[in-house]
Amino acid sequence: MFESFDATILARIQFAFTVSFHIIFPAFSIGLASYLAVLEGLHLWTKKPVYIELFDFWKTIFALAFGMGVVSGIVMSYQFGTNWSVFSDKAGPVIGPLMGYEVLSAFFLEAGFLGVMLFGRKRVGPGLHFFATLMVAFGTLMSATWILSVNSWMQTPAGFAMNDVGQFVPTDWWAVIFNPSFPYRFTHMVLAAYLTTALVVGAVGGYHLLRRTAPLRAGTMFSMAMGMITVVAPLQIAAGDAHGLNTLEHQPVKVMAMEGHFDSHPDGAPLILFGIPNSEEKRVDYAIEVPKLSSLILKHDLNAPLNGLNTVPDELEPPVEIVFFSFRVMVALGFAMLGLGLWSLYCRFKGTLYRSEWLHRFAVVMGPAGFIAVLAGWITTEVGRQPYTVYGHLLTAQSISPISAPAVASSLIAFVIVYFLVFGAGTFYILRLMGRLPRDPHGHLGLGPIRTAGITPAPGLPDSPGGAHNHGSHGGAHHGA
Amino acid sequence: MELDLPFIWAALIAFAVLAYVVLDGFDLGIGILFPFFREKADRDVMMNSVAPVWDGNETWLVLGGGGLLAVFPLAYATILPALYAPIIAMLLALIFRGVAFEYRWRSKKAERLWDWAFAGGSSVAALMQGISLGALVQGIDVQNRVYAGGWWDWLTPFSLLTGLALLVGYALLGATWLVMRTTGELAERARHYALLAAVATIAAMGAVSLWTPFLKPDYLDRWFRYPTALYTVMVPLMVIGCFLVIINGLQNKRDTRPFLASLGLFLIAYIGIGISFYPYIVPTSVTIWEAAGPDESLLFLLIGAAVLIPAILAYTAYAYWVFRGKIDPEEGYH
Repeated sequence: MFESFDATILARIQFAFTVSFHIIFPAFSIGLASYLAVLEGLHLWTKKPVYIELFDFWKTIFALAFGMGVVSGIVMSYQFGTNWSVFSDKAGPVIGPLMGYEVLSAFFLEAGFLGVMLFGRKRVGPGLHFFATLMVAFGTLMSATWILSVNSWMQTPAGFAMNDVGQFVPTDWWAVIFNPSFPYRFTHMVLAAYLTTALVVGAVGGYHLLRRTAPLRAGTMFSMAMGMITVVAPLQIAAGDAHGLNTLEHQPVKVMAMEGHFDSHPDGAPLILFGIPNSEEKRVDYAIEVPKLSSLILKHDLNAPLNGLNTVPDELEPPVEIVFFSFRVMVALGFAMLGLGLWSLYCRFKGTLYRSEWLHRFAVVMGPAGFIAVLAGWITTEVGRQPYTVYGHLLTAQSISPISAPAVASSLIAFVIVYFLVFGAGTFYILRLMGRLPRDPHGHLGLGPIRTAGITPAPGLPDSPGGAHNHGSHGGAHHGA
Repeated sequence: MELDLPFIWAALIAFAVLAYVVLDGFDLGIGILFPFFREKADRDVMMNSVAPVWDGNETWLVLGGGGLLAVFPLAYATILPALYAPIIAMLLALIFRGVAFEYRWRSKKAERLWDWAFAGGSSVAALMQGISLGALVQGIDVQNRVYAGGWWDWLTPFSLLTGLALLVGYALLGATWLVMRTTGELAERARHYALLAAVATIAAMGAVSLWTPFLKPDYLDRWFRYPTALYTVMVPLMVIGCFLVIINGLQNKRDTRPFLASLGLFLIAYIGIGISFYPYIVPTSVTIWEAAGPDESLLFLLIGAAVLIPAILAYTAYAYWVFRGKIDPEEGYH
C-alpha cells in the first residue's frame, strides 16, 4: 500500500483536499449572493425593514464566506501549474481560455462590486447599491458556468484535436463549452448551491424560532428557505436523474462503480441499496438489493441489460468503494431534503410552519446537509473519472509535474495545517454570527399574523418574548464590528 | 497581414502583471507597514483604506496566472514547477492576509493575532513575489517541455535581493497611499516612512540594476550596446526624477504626487525588466512564440479580453471613485 504514495497520489490528495475546502465556499456564496439580491429587491419593493435587516445579517456572513472562497480559489488557479504541469501544458489551450473567461467575466465583476455592496451603502444610492448586489450575484453564476464547463470538458471532452507536441487543440469552441455533460452538470451544481444555502438559512431560521429571539426575522427567513427547499429539492432529484442518464451514456464505467455492478446483467440489473463493495473479490458483500430497479432507473426499462466492471480492464476501473459510498451519501441526503421540503409544505398548509418545533429541529439538523451532499457528489464524479484527467485521453499518472514526492508531501502538510487553522477560525466566526441574530428592533411587528417573504401568509407567529428590551439594539443589525 | 497573437498576448499579460504589482502592491504595502503603527485606531483606518478594493486588486494575479495557462501553457507549465516553493509560500501568505480583512473585525480577543496574520502574510507574499521575479530573471532551465532544474534553484543571493527590493518597494507604495488617503498624525507618520522607503527603494533598484546585466551575457549585451544604451542612460535619470518628485511632494504636502511618482518608479523598473526579458517568456529558455498555445485559443480569448478588459477598467475606476478622498476615521465601514 505505502509504496503507492508517490508524487502522483500525493498530488491527487493535495488537489482533492484543497478543492474540497474550496467548493464549500462557492456552493454557499452562489446561493447566498442570489438570496441577498432577492432580499434587497424585496426591500426596495415593499419597503419592509425586515428584508434589509436580513440583508445586513446575511451580508456579513457572505463577506466571510466569499473571502474564504477567494483565497482558497487563488490556490486552485496556481495548483494546476505547480502539481499538474504536464496536464497544464497539454490541456491548457482548451481549458485555459475558459478559465480566462471566468476571471474576465466573473471574478472581476464580483470583486469590483463587492466593495460597493459591502461598504458603499452610504456612498451610492439605493438603486446603484442594488445593482452592485445584482452584479455580485450574477458574477457568482458566471463563475459557475465557466468552471463547470471546464470540469465537464475534462469529463466528456469534445471539440478538439491533438497537435504534434501532444496538446489538445480546440477545433470548435461551441462544442468545447457546451460539451455533452455541461448542461446537466451546470444545472445540478447551481441547484445544489441554492439548496445548500436554503438549508443553511432554514437552519438559522429554525434555530432562532426555537430560541424565540427574533420571531419576525427568523420566521421570514425560515419561510423563505423552506419554500425554496420545497420547490428545489424535487427539481434537484429530477436533474440528478437526468445527469445520471447522461453519465451512463458518456462514462458508463463511472456508473458501474456508482451502482456497484461488478458483473454484467443481461436481463435487468438490481439496485443495490446498501452493501460493501469488495474490489479484490469483485463483488458487493452484504448487499441489500431490489431486483431490476437499477435497470428501471438507468434505462427506464425493467429488463434492460446493463454491463458491469467485468467488461473493462482492471487498470481503467475507478476506485469502486469511494464512488459507491459517496454516491449513496449524496442520494440519501437528497431524499432527506425532499422530506424536509414536504414536511414544511404540510405545516404551511396546516398553518403551523412557525410553531412546529420538530420541524424546526429537523431543519437545524439538516443545516450542513447541503455541504455534505455537494462534497459527496463531487467525490463521486471526480473519483469516478479516474484513472483519467481528461476522460479517455489523458491519464492522471501522465499529467503530473516532474516533481519529487517530498516536495508535494511538504506542501500538502502546509496546506492541511493552514486550511484547518484559517478556515476553522472562519467557520467558527460564521457560526457565531449565525447564533447572534440581533434582537428584533421591530418586535411589535411580530405580533399577530403578517405576510412574510411574499411567498405565503404566515399566521400565528409566536409572540416576541423579549419585546420590552428589543428596542435600541438596532445598531447590531448593521455590518457590525 | 497576420496578427502576431503571441506578441499581443505577451503585451496583455505584461499589462495584467503590472496592474497586479501596482494595485496589490499598495495594499500589500499597508500590511508591510502594519508593525510600525501600533494604535488600533490607526490600523483600522489603514485597513479601511484598502478594504473595498483589495479583492479586485488581487484578481489581477489570477488573471496573470490564468492568462498564462490559457495563452502560454508551456510557460505556465515550466515556471510554476521551477518556483514551486516560493509560489506555495506566497499562496499560503495570501490566505492569511486575505481572511484577515474579515476576521479582524470578528473577534476582539484575536484581533492582534489577525493583525499579525495581515502583516506577516503581506510581507511574506511580497518577499516571495520578489524572489520569484529574481529567480525568473536569472533564468529557468527547460528541456523537452518540462522544467529541468533543481528544486532550490530559485534561492540565490540575487533572488533574495529582488525579494527585499520588492518588499521595500511595496512599503513605499503603501506609505504614499496612506499619505494620499489619510489625515492628521497618521498621515504625518506615513510621510516619514514614505521617505525612508523611497530611499531604500532607490538603493535596492540601483543594486538590482547593476547586478542584472552580469547574470547573463544577453542582458549585458542588451543594456550596454549601441543603440539600446541610449535608452539605458535615460533610466537612472527618470528614476532620479521620480525620487525628487516623491521627496518634494512629501515636503510640500502635495499628497497625491508621491503616490503617483512611486507608481512611476515601478513602471520604469518594469519596463527595464521587460527590456531584459524580451522576447523570452521563460528567460532564456522559451520565447513567447515557442510558449504560445494554438492561434485558435489565443484568438478566442482575445475577443473576450478586448470587450471585457475595458469594462473591467471602467467599473474598477468607478469603485475607486466611490471610495475616493481622505478617509474619515469616524466613518468606519465595519
